Amino acid sequence: MNKRVVVAMSGGVDSSVTVALLKEEGFDVIGITMQIWPEDSKVERFGGCCSIEAAEDARRVANKIDIPHYMLNFRKIFEEKVIDYFCEEYKEGRTPNPCIRCNQLIKFDILLKKARELDADFIATGHYARIEYSEERKRYLLKRGIDEKKDQSYVLYGMTQEQLAHTLMPLGSFTKNQTREMANKIGLSVADKQESQEICFIPDNDYGRFLRERFKNITKQGSIVNKEGKVLGIHQGVIFYTIGQRKGLRISSPRPLYVIDINKEKNEIAVGNNDDLFKKELTADNLNFILFDKLTESIKVKAKIRYLSPKADAVVYPLKDERVKVVFDKPERAVTPGQAVVFYDGDLVVGGGTILEGRLL
Amino acid sequence: MRFVYLDHAATTPTDPEVVKEMLPCFTESFGNPSTLYKIGREAKKAITLARDKVAVAIGAKSEEIIFTSGGTESDNFALKGVAFANEQKGKHIITSSVEHHAVLETCKFLAKNGFEITYLPVDKYGIVDPEDVRKAVTDKTILVSVMQANNEVGTIEPIAETGKIVKEKGIYFHTDAVQAIGAVPVNVNDLNVDLLALSAHKFYGPKGVGALYIRKGTRMMSLINGGHQERRRRAGTENVPGIVGLGKAIELAVSKMEERSKQLTFLRDKLINGILDNIENVRLNGHPEKRLPNNANFSFEFVEGESMLLNLDLVGVAVSSGSACTSDTLEPSHVLSAMKVPIEIAHGSVRFTLGKNTTEEDIDYVLEVLPPIIKKLRQMSPLREGLDLNV
Repeated sequence: MNKRVVVAMSGGVDSSVTVALLKEEGFDVIGITMQIWPEDSKVERFGGCCSIEAAEDARRVANKIDIPHYMLNFRKIFEEKVIDYFCEEYKEGRTPNPCIRCNQLIKFDILLKKARELDADFIATGHYARIEYSEERKRYLLKRGIDEKKDQSYVLYGMTQEQLAHTLMPLGSFTKNQTREMANKIGLSVADKQESQEICFIPDNDYGRFLRERFKNITKQGSIVNKEGKVLGIHQGVIFYTIGQRKGLRISSPRPLYVIDINKEKNEIAVGNNDDLFKKELTADNLNFILFDKLTESIKVKAKIRYLSPKADAVVYPLKDERVKVVFDKPERAVTPGQAVVFYDGDLVVGGGTILEGRLL
Repeated sequence: MRFVYLDHAATTPTDPEVVKEMLPCFTESFGNPSTLYKIGREAKKAITLARDKVAVAIGAKSEEIIFTSGGTESDNFALKGVAFANEQKGKHIITSSVEHHAVLETCKFLAKNGFEITYLPVDKYGIVDPEDVRKAVTDKTILVSVMQANNEVGTIEPIAETGKIVKEKGIYFHTDAVQAIGAVPVNVNDLNVDLLALSAHKFYGPKGVGALYIRKGTRMMSLINGGHQERRRRAGTENVPGIVGLGKAIELAVSKMEERSKQLTFLRDKLINGILDNIENVRLNGHPEKRLPNNANFSFEFVEGESMLLNLDLVGVAVSSGSACTSDTLEPSHVLSAMKVPIEIAHGSVRFTLGKNTTEEDIDYVLEVLPPIIKKLRQMSPLREGLDLNV
C-alpha cells in the first residue's frame, strides 16, 4: 500500500500545490483543514489563511485533485494554546510570534497525532523549508528553503527530531514562482491568490483592536518616558506597543522617536532615537536545537531576530537555566522580547529560542 | 473497497420507483400548477394526488397538508406560524431539550422576540415525561412541541399520551415526525397532534421537499407570502417533481413499514449485540426498546467520535457522530447532554442508522473493521491514561 500522508490545507496556493506534488509522487493523500475561528465571532471574516472562505478553497482544491478532505475543529485548542498565549505575551509587554507557537503546539503536535490516528506515516505542510536526514549526524536536519525570499525555516526552529521525522515539506525545493506555475499548470483556482501575511486570527491586521476587545478592563494608561525618565506623554496600555514602533506615540519631537523599552512593572514605555534601538546582545530561553540536543559550548552562527530581518553574525553562549546569550558582531536594531531568535549555519537551522531581553553591551 | 452507508438518519438514497414518478414532471408535465390550461392542470392533478397520499399516510385530510421545502421549514412554520398568530393569547411555548435544531433554534429566535420558552428535561433514555408537560403548562401557554422520534439516539417519545394532556388543556401541539415516518406508525388523530412536520428525503424521497400537517381550524400565520399557492399558507410555485416524489415515497414507506421494520430491527440488534459483545467500555445510548428500528447510537469510552468517523470513512463506512447539522462544533451533542451522559463519554459517540438496502454482510463488515479501529485509537488516546484495556 502507498504511504499515507495528511496535508494541512489552508486553502492557499502553497498547501494546495503540496497536495498535488505528493499525490503525483504516489502518496495516499488526505487533506485536513483546521478550523480555528472562535465560535462566537460575530464579525464576518474575510481572507486570512484559515477563514471560512479559505476552507472552501481547500475543499475545492481537494475535489479537483480528488483526495479525501476533512475540516476539523481546532477552535478550542487554538484559543487555549495560541490566542491566549498571544494575548498574555502582549500583557507582559512582549511581542509574541503566534505562528511559531501554532507550529509547535498545534500543527506538528495535535495535527500530527490526528494523522497518526488515520494511519498516516507523515504530515505535510506548504512551508518553504527542507527536511533531510543526515546519516553522518544521525539526525533530521532542517534547512532553509531554496527560495531565500520565501524561506520559512524561521518559524520551524521549534520542531523536534520526532516531528521532523514525520513531516514532509516538498515546497522547500521550489521557488514561490515555481509553485505558482505548478498551480497554474494543474489548473488550481488558488494559483493567483494573494499572499496572507497577517496574523491568521486577526485578518484585518488590527491587533490593537483585537487586544482591546480581549482586555476591555485591563489596559491601563501610563507614562511615556525618555531614557532619563522624563515624562513625555501618555500611552494607552503597554499591550499596544512593540519595540521599534514609531507610529502612534503622539509626542512631538524634532527627531523621530521609537519605542526602545517596555516596562510592564512600572507600566511605562521608554522612547528614544534610532540609535537607542541597537543592542549588542540578547538572552533567550525556550530553546530548541536541531543540529544537536543541547548547546554545551559557544558556537558561531548567523542569527535572525525576526521573520523578515537579515541574518547577522553572532556567537551563542550557553547559560545556566536552559538559556543562552547571543552576542552580535554588530549591534542589531529592535531586539524584541517575545520574538524568536533563530540560529543558522549556512543553510542549516542550528536551533533557536525566545528572546528574553536585549542589552546594550 | 466496500461501501457501507449507515447514516440513513442524515438522508436516504431516493428510491428508483420514486425517481421514476418524478422524472416526467421535469420534462413532460412541467406546467405551472396555477395555470388553467391542460399541462398546468396535469401538474395540479399530480400535486393533488401527492397531497392525498400524504394525507392517507398520516390519517389526515388532504386540505390539512401544506407542502414545504423540508423538515426545517415545516418546524419553523409550525412554531413561528402558531406563535405569531396566537400571541395575544399568551407568549409561552413548551418544548423539550432534545429537539432537532430546526425546533430549538426557532425557539431561540422566538425567545428573542418576546416569547418565553420552557425546555423540558428528559430521563436517561431521552424520554420526555408527559406529566412534566402537564406541570409546565400555564395560562399563557399557546404551543407544545415535542418530537416523535429522536434523530440522534432514536428514542421514541410517548407523543399520544402527551398529546392527550395538551388537548385537554386546549393548547396547540406540534410534533417533529421527521425520523418517524416509515419507521413507526404515524397517525395525527392517534397522536393527538395539531401540527406535524415531515421530510421526504428521510424516507427514500427527494431532498428539498417536506410537508406540514395543520389540523383544520388551527390559527396560523404564513411565513412565505406571495401568490395563492397552498391555500395562501405557503406561497411560491410548487416544487412539483419534489411533491410528486414525496407522495410516492410516503406511500411506499407506509406500505412497507412493517416488513422493513422487522428486517431493520434484526440487523440493528445484530449490530448492537456485535458491538457490545466485542468491544469493552461501550454503552448504547437511547432506550433499549422504545427506539427507532434502524438506530444504534453508542458511546465508546476513551475515543473521540470524530476520529472514529474519519477512520471509518477511510474504510468505506459512512456514519455520523450525532446530527449532521452539528458536525462542525465540538460541543457534545445537546441530546446526550440532556440525557446526562458525561461530556467525556458523549465525545466518543457514533450513530449508526440502517436503511432498507442494508445487508447482513454490511453489518458483518462493520463488526470486522470497527474493533481494530477502536483498539488503535484507544492505544493512542490521552484519555485512557492508567487504564489497561484489551480493546
